[in-house]
Amino acid sequence: MSSKNSILTALKANQPDLLPLPSLAVPAAEPFSAKDIIEKFKTTIVTIGSRVFDVNNFDQIREIVVQQFIPPARIVSSLGELSDIAETNIADVNPHLLENIELAVLKAQLGVAENGALWVPEANMMQRVVPFICQHLALVVNRKDILANMHQAYEILGNSNTGFGAFIAGPSKTADIEQSLVLGAHGPRSLTVFIWG
Amino acid sequence: MRDHAALSEEFNKDEARVDWHDETLWFIRQKRDRAVHSIPEWEWLRETGSQIKNNVLSNLSAYLEQFEANALKNGIHVHWAADAQEHNEIVLSIMKRHQADRMVKSKSMLTEECHLNDFLAKNGVEVIDSDLGERIVQLAKEPPSHIVLPCIHKKKEEIGDLFHEHLGTAAGEADPQVLTEAARQHLRDTFLTRKVALTGVNFAIAETGEFVVCTNEGNADMGAHLSDVHIACMGIEKIIPERKHLSVFLRLLTRSATGQPITTYSSHFMKPREGQEMHIVLVDNGRSRQLGRPDFRNSLKCIRCGSCMNTCPVYRRSGGHSYHTTIAGPIGAILAPNLDMKDHADLPFASTLCGSCSNVCPVKIDIHDQLYKWRQVLVKEGHVDSVKAAGMKAMAYTFANPSVFEVAGKSGRWFMKNFPSLVSNRLNPWYKEREMPEPPKESFREWYSKNRKKV
Repeated sequence: MSSKNSILTALKANQPDLLPLPSLAVPAAEPFSAKDIIEKFKTTIVTIGSRVFDVNNFDQIREIVVQQFIPPARIVSSLGELSDIAETNIADVNPHLLENIELAVLKAQLGVAENGALWVPEANMMQRVVPFICQHLALVVNRKDILANMHQAYEILGNSNTGFGAFIAGPSKTADIEQSLVLGAHGPRSLTVFIWG
Repeated sequence: MRDHAALSEEFNKDEARVDWHDETLWFIRQKRDRAVHSIPEWEWLRETGSQIKNNVLSNLSAYLEQFEANALKNGIHVHWAADAQEHNEIVLSIMKRHQADRMVKSKSMLTEECHLNDFLAKNGVEVIDSDLGERIVQLAKEPPSHIVLPCIHKKKEEIGDLFHEHLGTAAGEADPQVLTEAARQHLRDTFLTRKVALTGVNFAIAETGEFVVCTNEGNADMGAHLSDVHIACMGIEKIIPERKHLSVFLRLLTRSATGQPITTYSSHFMKPREGQEMHIVLVDNGRSRQLGRPDFRNSLKCIRCGSCMNTCPVYRRSGGHSYHTTIAGPIGAILAPNLDMKDHADLPFASTLCGSCSNVCPVKIDIHDQLYKWRQVLVKEGHVDSVKAAGMKAMAYTFANPSVFEVAGKSGRWFMKNFPSLVSNRLNPWYKEREMPEPPKESFREWYSKNRKKV
C-alpha cells in the first residue's frame, strides 16, 4: 500500500463524525465610517514601522521618491506613470540580477485597517522576488480600497488564482536577538505607503 | 537520558538568567494581551478558529485529497510521507534529481521534528537556516528552544561571540542592529546562490490547493523566489477548508504569538513561478494515530503560535531545552507522548496544571486537561518511575483511610517538630529552594472536635 493510501486509511478510521463549519459572520461590531477606517489604517501602519503619505496624483509620488532616492539608485515600478524615474519592464530579467534594486514602487490591490497589511498580487510585483529583494519598498493603494478587516479583504479576493500573492505589513523585521526590534532583516529596510485618490 | 526535572535543574543553576528568561517571555505574553484586548470580537475569533479546526479534524482525509487534486492542477508536485524517514528520503531524492548539494531553508518545525538537517548532512547536503534565530542556534549547534523565538534562551553577547567566530564580526560586538546587518549580508549571498529552497507551511487550503507561509523577516520569500526548486513541507493537520478561513487564522496567529497584528509577510503560493519546480510534502509522522485518541486529538488543532509557552510558569523558568523534544512547552508536552510514550513520559508532569495555556490558546485546545489525562495514561502504561508510583500509591492509601491519615499527620507533625533535619535535607525534593513550614500544633480535625464542644 502506498503511503498516501495508508495515511488516508488511518485517517478515515480515526477521524470523528463530521462536525459542521461555523459561520464567518462577525458579531455586530461597532460601525466604522470610511474616514475612521482610513485613520485606523494610517495609525496601524505607522505603529508597525512604515511611513504614510496622502497623495492626489503621481506627480506627488514622484516628488517624494526623487527627494530620497537619488540616481544612480536603481528604481523599479509596476506603475507606468513613473516610467521617467523607474524601470517599468523587468519581466524577463533573471531574478538574481534584481539584487541591486534600491526602491520598488508597486501597486497594492487593497489595504486592511486592523493590521496595516496590503495585498499585492503577483501581477503587480513585476517579478515575485521584487517586493522582498529591494532595499526599500513603496506601495500605492487607492483610498477606496482600504477595508476594515481581514474578513472583508478575503471577500474581495475570493478564490482568484493569481499564481502568487502576499499581504505585506511593514518593513522586514526581526526581534530574534533579545527581543530587540531591528528593521531590515532580509527584505526591505523601509516601507512607504502612498494613499492615492 | 536526563528528564525534564534534571534538565531544568541545570537551567536553574544561573538564577539571574532564569529571571531574565522568565521576564522576557512574560513581556511577550503582555504584548499578546494588549493586542488581544484591542479586538472586541476576540473570543468569537477563538471559538470560530476552534470550530473550523474541529471540522478539519473530522474530515481530514477528504480535505487532503481535495488539496492534492487542486495543487496538482496548479502544477505543484505532491508527495505523501508516512513518517519522518520517508519525508527525509523524499527531500533528498529531489535534491539528487537536481544534483544539488546545498539548500537554504526557512523556518519549519516539521523538518526539526524529522531531524532533516542531520539526515541531509549525513548524505552530503549542506543546509543553511535563514531565519535569524534559527541561523543562530544552527551556528551554536543547538536545537531551537522555542517554536516562534528559536534563540530566546541566548544573550546577545553569546550571539556576538558566535557571529565573531562564524561571520567575522568584531570581537565583543553585541549590538542587535549590527549583528542583524551582518546576518543580512551573509544570508543574502546564500539566497542568491542556492538552487533549492525549503520552507514550512502555516496553512494549506483544500479548496484552492495553495499554501500560506508567514514570516516577519521575508526569508521564506527570498529563498523561494530566487530558487529553481521550492520544496514546502507540512504536517497533514495544517489543512484548512477554504481560503476565506485564513481571515480567522491570520487574525489569531500573530496577535497570540508576538502581539503583532499580523506578520510582515503572509505569502500565498498558488502556482510555481514560470520555469520553477514546486513540491509539497504531506507528512503524517504519528498524526493519524493522535487523531484516533479522542482525549488527545484536539492537540492537532495547534497553529504553532507559541503563546502557551510564553505564559507557562514552568516553561518560563525551565527553558525550552529542558523539554528534550522539538516542540517545547505545554503543547509539546501533549504532542510528544504520542510520538514516543516512554521517552517523553516526564513531560506531562512538567506542569502545575494552572490552566493558563488553555486560556491563551487561540484555537481553544484544552491543553491542561490533556496534560492531566496523559499522566493517567502514562501511569497505567507503566511509564512512570517506580519511586513516584509507590509514593502515589502510599498517598492514595493514606487519604482513603481516615485512621491511617490521622496517625500519619500526627507522626509527621511530631517528627517535623523534634527532628526537623529529617525533612529539611537535600533528600526531600520539597526542601529544595525553600524552607519547610513550621509544623502546625494540631490538625484541623483535632481543632474542630475541640472547638465544636464550646458552641
